[in-house]
Amino acid sequence: MVKNVIPVSYSEALDLLNERPFKIIAGGTDLMVQRRSWAQTPPKFSEDVLYIFNLEELKYIKEVDGYIVIGSTTPVEDVLKNKLTPNLLKAAISIMASPALRNMATIAGNIGNASPAGDTLPILYTLDAIIVLESIEGIRELPIKDVITGPGKHIIKQNEIIKELKLPISVFTNSAFEKVGGRKADAISKVSFTGAVNIKDNKVLDFRIAFGAVSATILRRKDLEEKYVGLTKDELIGKVDEIVADYDPFVRPIDDQRSNKEYRKTVALNLLRNFIETL
Amino acid sequence: MAKIKFKLNNKEIEIDENPNLRLLDVLRDKFEFTGVKEGCGEGECGACAVLINNDIVNSCIVPLGNVNGKEIMTIEGYSETKKYDVIKDAYAEEGAVQCGFCTPGMIIASESLLNKNPHPTEEEIRVGLSGNLCRCTGYNMIVKAVKSAAKKGDGLW
Ligand SMILES: Cc1cc2nc3c(=O)[nH]c(=O)nc-3n(C[C@H](O)[C@H](O)[C@H](O)COP(=O)(O)OP(=O)(O)OC[C@H]3O[C@@H](n4cnc5c(N)ncnc54)[C@H](O)[C@@H]3O)c2cc1C
Ligand code: FES
Ligand code: FES
Repeated sequence: MVKNVIPVSYSEALDLLNERPFKIIAGGTDLMVQRRSWAQTPPKFSEDVLYIFNLEELKYIKEVDGYIVIGSTTPVEDVLKNKLTPNLLKAAISIMASPALRNMATIAGNIGNASPAGDTLPILYTLDAIIVLESIEGIRELPIKDVITGPGKHIIKQNEIIKELKLPISVFTNSAFEKVGGRKADAISKVSFTGAVNIKDNKVLDFRIAFGAVSATILRRKDLEEKYVGLTKDELIGKVDEIVADYDPFVRPIDDQRSNKEYRKTVALNLLRNFIETL
Repeated sequence: MAKIKFKLNNKEIEIDENPNLRLLDVLRDKFEFTGVKEGCGEGECGACAVLINNDIVNSCIVPLGNVNGKEIMTIEGYSETKKYDVIKDAYAEEGAVQCGFCTPGMIIASESLLNKNPHPTEEEIRVGLSGNLCRCTGYNMIVKAVKSAAKKGDGLW
């Protein structure tokens, strides 16, 4: 017998998750569509559902010890409107579908869905976000790249919940998020590019690049980034061909109806080139 | 089944229901608020839009379990307000209604926008209405109507 629960507190949610398997629903914007059945009938879940969206305890955005900390049930529209939110994250959220969607969708849901086209994910990778997972056994803090392991795949355990995300506060003199999709609202991203650079006294102190929807998970290569740290700005711009060539083998989009893979690859690398040339 | 409490068009409601039900179906079938329309059923068109705590959501992708403790307003409840009269008149004057299928959702989106931003620019209006599809009007009349409502209803929002 399916028994769905609306917990009244976060600790009740953790207790329940420890007792038996549940499917967590946050905003439901992915799950309600993925599990959709016929019109006028509820979506189909084979497992019990735990409704966490109304846990007010997890709705917060605050600054703590050099991190911006975002509670997991905070709708992205609230994240977008908050002064503490990093500009790159705002840029990605502002092109997510429509206000109606943003009032329900959560970043934790974007992580749980683990789509290579999830719009907030390249930003979390770029900012070295730490995902805080909690269960009755305790807390695990993991970098986003270790949480998502493939399309739709992650290492969150059955009794765990994403409690919050921690974004290290970082300084960038130049940053950009670009998404090439169809219609602006509601187009699940075809290709996205995120670039963030910190140049001080004509020295590149920090150089970060991420791509969405060009490989099984978000593409970010710290080994490639490190090659370019320490250069002057002009040297960095002068190496644009080398940088593009470095990323070329890793940009391997899959073919689907949304756009063919050659097109995606060209667009992705052009966005990278343009970002560097206009620093 | 679960006990779910919420306010619907200013009335306190308590029901024992399957929380997986789509809010859209509960509003239309159980409470007969048929001004809430089903278009795409996938969160893309805005025909099913309602207000939850004054913010627009698409009720076709909201599980009933997520409205516990919330205040829901459908177009039926909203149509008893003065703000609605201003928006409705503006839509009529600008010719922003043709077949009318998108109109309840458009009006909900207009309210949600004006509630947060009483004097929106044209760009802000287009963003505010970006989740609502209209097959008839080409949007320009709707944008004009929202602009006119903001002006005529100055002080209401
Ligand atoms: C019309 C439409 C347009 C969309 N447009 C975009 C877009 O432009 N860009 C984009 O990136 N996405 C888009 N999406 C997809 C979706 O809105 C996002 O992925 C959103 O971030 C999901 O959040 P949610 O809270 O609604 O997730 P839910 O559907 O509630 O959950 C998604 C998954 O995450 C898990 N989960 C959620 N919260 C937690 C938690 N705290 N702990 C552990 N697991 C958790 C759930 O179990 C589930 O597996 C769109 C969806 C629709 C319907
Ligand atoms: S019917 Fe809900 S958004 Fe289209
Ligand atoms: S008036 Fe017909 S869909 Fe908008």
